[in-house]
Amino acid sequence: MISRRVVLHFPSQLIDQPILSNTVRRYNLDFNILKASIAPPEGGLLVVELLGAQKDVQEALSYLKGLKIEIQNLSRDITMKDDACVHCGVCVPLCPSEALVVDHADWHVEFIADKCVACELCVKACPFGAMEVRL
Amino acid sequence: MPRTIQEINNKLKAGKAVVVTAEEMTGIVRKKGVEKAYQEVDVVTTGTFGPMCSSGMYLNVGHTKPRIKLGGGTCLLNGVPVYTGIAAVDIFLGAAQLPADDPRNKIHPGEFRYGGGHVIEEFVSGKDIVLEASAYGTDCYPRQELKSWLNIKDVNEAVLFNVRNAYQNYNVAVNLSDKAIYTYLGILKPKLGNANYCSAGVLSPLLNDPLYRTIGIGTRIFLGGGVGFVSWQGTQHNPAAPRTEREVPTRGAGTLCVIGDLKGMDARYLRGVSMTGYGTSLGVGIGIPIPILDEEMAFFTSVADEDILAPIVDYSEAYPQAKPDVLGEVSYKELRDGKIKIGNKEVPTGAISSLSQAREIAQVLKERIEKGEFLLTQPVERLPGKEAGITFKAFHERPVEQSRRQR
Repeated sequence: MISRRVVLHFPSQLIDQPILSNTVRRYNLDFNILKASIAPPEGGLLVVELLGAQKDVQEALSYLKGLKIEIQNLSRDITMKDDACVHCGVCVPLCPSEALVVDHADWHVEFIADKCVACELCVKACPFGAMEVRL
Repeated sequence: MPRTIQEINNKLKAGKAVVVTAEEMTGIVRKKGVEKAYQEVDVVTTGTFGPMCSSGMYLNVGHTKPRIKLGGGTCLLNGVPVYTGIAAVDIFLGAAQLPADDPRNKIHPGEFRYGGGHVIEEFVSGKDIVLEASAYGTDCYPRQELKSWLNIKDVNEAVLFNVRNAYQNYNVAVNLSDKAIYTYLGILKPKLGNANYCSAGVLSPLLNDPLYRTIGIGTRIFLGGGVGFVSWQGTQHNPAAPRTEREVPTRGAGTLCVIGDLKGMDARYLRGVSMTGYGTSLGVGIGIPIPILDEEMAFFTSVADEDILAPIVDYSEAYPQAKPDVLGEVSYKELRDGKIKIGNKEVPTGAISSLSQAREIAQVLKERIEKGEFLLTQPVERLPGKEAGITFKAFHERPVEQSRRQR
């Protein structure tokens, strides 16, 4: 079993089709939706965690690519701009997945991208604009 | 025998003075006691960095050819309106100012991505900004329109002037309601989801000189990376706030009005701030040296996070409705540990003031003092103390009858 967290960008002509349900049935996957938005005419955006056998997850991603869905790895989507962060830590209690932690020795805030679920709360919360979305 | 500022400065010039940070002083006094610490230490440096309300800059941009009188007209810096009503080419920009076309909270919570604080940060960093002005024209100032790039190195004066900074203690903000709220102390999750605080605690300038014995009008300070001075007590200065036995206020108390040459400052310590749903501000770095004149000052500067208590205030009801209710008091030690107890609930804490930047400022100031680049000052005048009889007034509202309003 592996887990892959990906951002799927749907072209607008696909938003009326049950693509996720087709995919998980066909490749015998479990899924967990982390974020979803549909904004015609631009299309839709789905942040999803796919769980299954390695081969099945890979084939499912190729299938989605074949449908002209653009796929990004999730960890790349939220980034911390080191020069903007002042390490205050106001983001830390807001992060639902403990991807933002403060080192109590030197009081530096660390962003652990692997734990990020891209909820974007930190982007809203940072007074210094240090957390950026790249979609 | 107490020391004088003159003696400390002579020692600094001779390279013989001992300078430590406020955090180091706490450890020294704990280990050696007040008497020994007083004998060994001459100066304690403090530091704080956080969003500070009531910050702004004024400029004299120089006279154009032909001349323009901005006073009475309008003037924008990078689209943000500035106050022109002082004279012909003197302008003031406050950190909270927003562009006219910013949507504010029309769709709540607004983002407030760019305002006066951001203009100040860009200007200090040496970036060109756009000045756009229109004026009504006079015989001696005939020009009516001006649009030009503006750079800090080309203006006559650029001065940071903050009428209220460096609050001596502050509220810890929580939210008792069942929906998220967006405040100047950050996003507060419903039902005590988090607690946000904003003081440098052990390193905070006025918490190390709680009775304003050495920090007064004329005190030379580290301001925004450069040199500044305390010019007056800050607005809302409230020395009569309740205090602990060691004179540390347990509510927001003293404040400072500070001024300094913006041309010598560094954008690392002056940063534009966007508070979602609230507005813009300026992150300001301040460091103040405290001369250890006697054992009492050694004692005051030995204050530790556990000695500093802050009030927990509900920002969904008590604060906006200006009710005096406090949910309890909590020490900075508990706040720094990352979790506090409110009733039966464990609440995670978040800081808006940056401890790592505060430490850096105290350290940089210490090095500047040790090198003899930064001498200590005797205040020209004391700040009003707790005996001054100052009380913190709420607005005295008196309805105006219709007939007088229409006059």
